[in-house]
Amino acid sequence: MSRKQRTQAPDFVQKIKKFFLSAFVIFTFFAYFLHERYTNSANASASNTAAITSAVPTVVATSSANASASNTAAITTAVPTVIATSQGVAFKNGTYTGPVVDAYYGLVQVQVAIQNGKIANVQFLDYPHDRRTSQQINNQVMPWLVQEAIQAQSANVDIISGATLTSEAFATSLQSALQSAKN
Amino acid sequence: MKQTRIVMGMPVILEVIDSSVTGKTFDAVFDYFGYVDRKFSTYKPDSEISLINRHELTLEQSSDDMRAIFILAEQTRLETDGYFDIERKGLYDPSGIVKGWAIYNAAEILRQAGIENYYVYAGGDIQVSGKNDRGQDWRVGIENPFNPAEIVKVLSIQNCGIATSGTYVRGQHIYNPKNPDQPIAEIVSLTVIGPNIYEADRFATAAFAMESDGINFIEKLEGFEGYMIDQHGIATYTSGFERYVSHA
Repeated sequence: MSRKQRTQAPDFVQKIKKFFLSAFVIFTFFAYFLHERYTNSANASASNTAAITSAVPTVVATSSANASASNTAAITTAVPTVIATSQGVAFKNGTYTGPVVDAYYGLVQVQVAIQNGKIANVQFLDYPHDRRTSQQINNQVMPWLVQEAIQAQSANVDIISGATLTSEAFATSLQSALQSAKN
Repeated sequence: MKQTRIVMGMPVILEVIDSSVTGKTFDAVFDYFGYVDRKFSTYKPDSEISLINRHELTLEQSSDDMRAIFILAEQTRLETDGYFDIERKGLYDPSGIVKGWAIYNAAEILRQAGIENYYVYAGGDIQVSGKNDRGQDWRVGIENPFNPAEIVKVLSIQNCGIATSGTYVRGQHIYNPKNPDQPIAEIVSLTVIGPNIYEADRFATAAFAMESDGINFIEKLEGFEGYMIDQHGIATYTSGFERYVSHA
């Protein structure tokens, strides 16, 4: 009795595990695509922090694309969901093409080839490679921006940077006051 | 020693700490700004740029400085994915690159005179070098775009350029070349710190045209930091910006 139960239980648990794992992988995949899509639309309006910071991972994908497409480290940064697969549950064999993502400096599209349940190849169908700036920017590290509400400062300064001043605007500026105080 | 003169319709300020500086050097710097203004001002009908815009002079016939500016402008256009463009509706206005270039060259006059501690200021953009009169790094304020009688940040910098692009003083003087008829409304000011004022100025102009994405552009440029202020008074700044901020 007890022996039978022991052998049955792991079987059942394994099936459940498999089911949940595959469900998890599929869910993560869709969540990732949805996230990417949401990121895109947010990027278009780009009037808040969320948009600015979420644009970041997409650009990272580009940078790894440029570095080396077959590199494992590049794959983990570019397509986070792929990590789940390597930990047990296999993908079906075939070639999967991701959505075209606007990475600000150009469109990026990834194609993943699966063989024997493992990633055989990751190809970047499209990424900004034709422009000098894109290449320059692709080689940069992950961006990290910070936000704050502006606040008037009372400390003394030598000089002030501001948008182009006309001589009339200058007369009423703090810069002008500063000049007459120091002259 | 310090002098302020109005050149190019804007204040030009020169402060030199080195006691070796002469009045001649000051004159040379201000004269240089006058020369640049006579050549590049689109407001002056007899300037070289105005002749080019009226097709009375070809680029091939123009001066070395004019051709240099056109080459630098084209290079910047390519490096900013078209967000910087001196051509609009067949007319050329290189003011987005000339000011930083002029300050850079003016600072070069000082360097060649063996002067080490100074700043050159023209219309809100600054090249700083060495230390101030108290032997510290130069203390540069960022103007409040909503109130020019206030500053919102104090920076402590040496040997670099700092430029601010904005819509708030001259009204809408920067536009997005990819969407020229749509005014830039989301952001009101973008300050860029770069290795020199030429670099800081051209990228500040281009990044401002990118609106909210401009700060991302600056973040990705190595050796540059930025401070962007939006219409609601919220600032977004790059990851390395904080190291220039003075809390004293």
